[in-house]
Amino acid sequence: MADPTAALPLWSVLVLPLLLISAAWVAVAFDAALTARARGGRTEVAAAVLLPARETARLLVGQRRRTLAPDRTLTTTGVVLLPIAALLAAAVLPLGARPVADLSVGVVWFNAMEVLAWAAVWAAGWGANSMLSLVGGYRFVAQGLAYELPHMFALITAALAAESLRVPDIVAAQADLWFVVLMPVAFLAYLVSTAAMAFWGPFDAPVGRDVAGGAALELCGIDRLLFVGGRWLLLVVAAAMAVPLFLGGGAGPLLPAPAWVALKTLAVLALLVWLRRRLPTVRMDRFAEFAWVVLIPLTIAQALVVAIVVLQRGGGM
Amino acid sequence: MSVVLFWALAGAAVVLGVLVFRLDSMAQVTFALLGSFLAVAGLVLLLGLGYLGAVIALMMVIEMVIMAVFMIMFMMNPAGLMPMTMTHNRRGSLVISVGAFVVLAAGILLVDWPARDGVPPPDPTFALGEALMGGQMLTMMTLGVGLFATIVATVVLSTDRGRYDRLGDELDAPVADDPMGGGVGR
Repeated sequence: MADPTAALPLWSVLVLPLLLISAAWVAVAFDAALTARARGGRTEVAAAVLLPARETARLLVGQRRRTLAPDRTLTTTGVVLLPIAALLAAAVLPLGARPVADLSVGVVWFNAMEVLAWAAVWAAGWGANSMLSLVGGYRFVAQGLAYELPHMFALITAALAAESLRVPDIVAAQADLWFVVLMPVAFLAYLVSTAAMAFWGPFDAPVGRDVAGGAALELCGIDRLLFVGGRWLLLVVAAAMAVPLFLGGGAGPLLPAPAWVALKTLAVLALLVWLRRRLPTVRMDRFAEFAWVVLIPLTIAQALVVAIVVLQRGGGM
Repeated sequence: MSVVLFWALAGAAVVLGVLVFRLDSMAQVTFALLGSFLAVAGLVLLLGLGYLGAVIALMMVIEMVIMAVFMIMFMMNPAGLMPMTMTHNRRGSLVISVGAFVVLAAGILLVDWPARDGVPPPDPTFALGEALMGGQMLTMMTLGVGLFATIVATVVLSTDRGRYDRLGDELDAPVADDPMGGGVGR
């Protein structure tokens, strides 16, 4: 490790998807174990661990469902775009000290890539030419309008405190004080928007049971594998980004940086997976008003406080 | 490498732009336009303007998805299940587009471009921020307030409900009478 701040070597491009899929695997297994436990009876650990493999195999051999006059182009675009968006967003994620792609505008890149999920979910919902799936697609756009601005303010507050858009710089700025302590409101807004972005509970109305599965309703076989898998990847990547932004990145005693990144990521994921079972689904119209009337002013106030702290420290220009 | 990328992105931008007028579904048209914009964002990234490129991608995705909602809402035949066309007033639009292209292309070829004076800034993102917050602050503030006023005015003009509909003639109703309840219970 000659230069600890440079990007990882090129082969890491191949490792990144494997790491993300492993993390998603753990999250799915944890979710399945919680489900089994909630149903009562014994928690079959082996069954929960094997569930992702079983589901993948089942979906891979499954047939596509044909609907009347579908828009295959848009379905395929949406379904393929979701995991790709998650992977591209993960490129700026420091795995340990260094990310795969060390962009000078890493935070903006992350934001730009994850927002591709808007297009993906809407296109997948539209493509099947099925009413409930279309409702799901539109629901996600409405939800997007609610979560995106608090999300951006949370991201930019972290960048503001570090005076840099580069993710490793943001990690380095937390050497003394993790940003979760400096800006707790931004961290909470980030967690809320993470769940909303991956249409994860309590913001799972776009694929809700009341619309029979919403945007994912007509997806079968490989389409469903990509869409549902992409959603898990998005959740993993968004949860993992909380670590460099607010939780000090790879900082921690004893263990090496990559181990701390993995541990913290899994902790955030576990929190999100567990919270979904504690909270009922929030309708988008309720969430939209809450986001605009409560979350946005709060995150702006948080950014103001952080800006004053930065100026007090003698930062700025 | 960057030459190949340039031509691939430039080709994609043009082809997707042409598809906007050839496809017969409003949803596909919106996504073709989005793809074209994303290719342009890639070109801007290729110029070394990381911030601008990423922001173009970010804004265009959000904008075009919202645009899709509105375009489909106002389209006579939204789904394109029956043939729909994006071109109207064919002869007039052809004259205007060809004319605009000729004028712009002639401009590129005929203008006596000055030689480059100075070097690019070491950090274009920083230079952009400084320009927006420094020399162009007044322009940007005026622009921002103007855009915001337009948005507010448009919403006010298009909604048929005002505060008297929500809170009664004396504006003293304890709970607003809204067709759809919000999450804060106002």
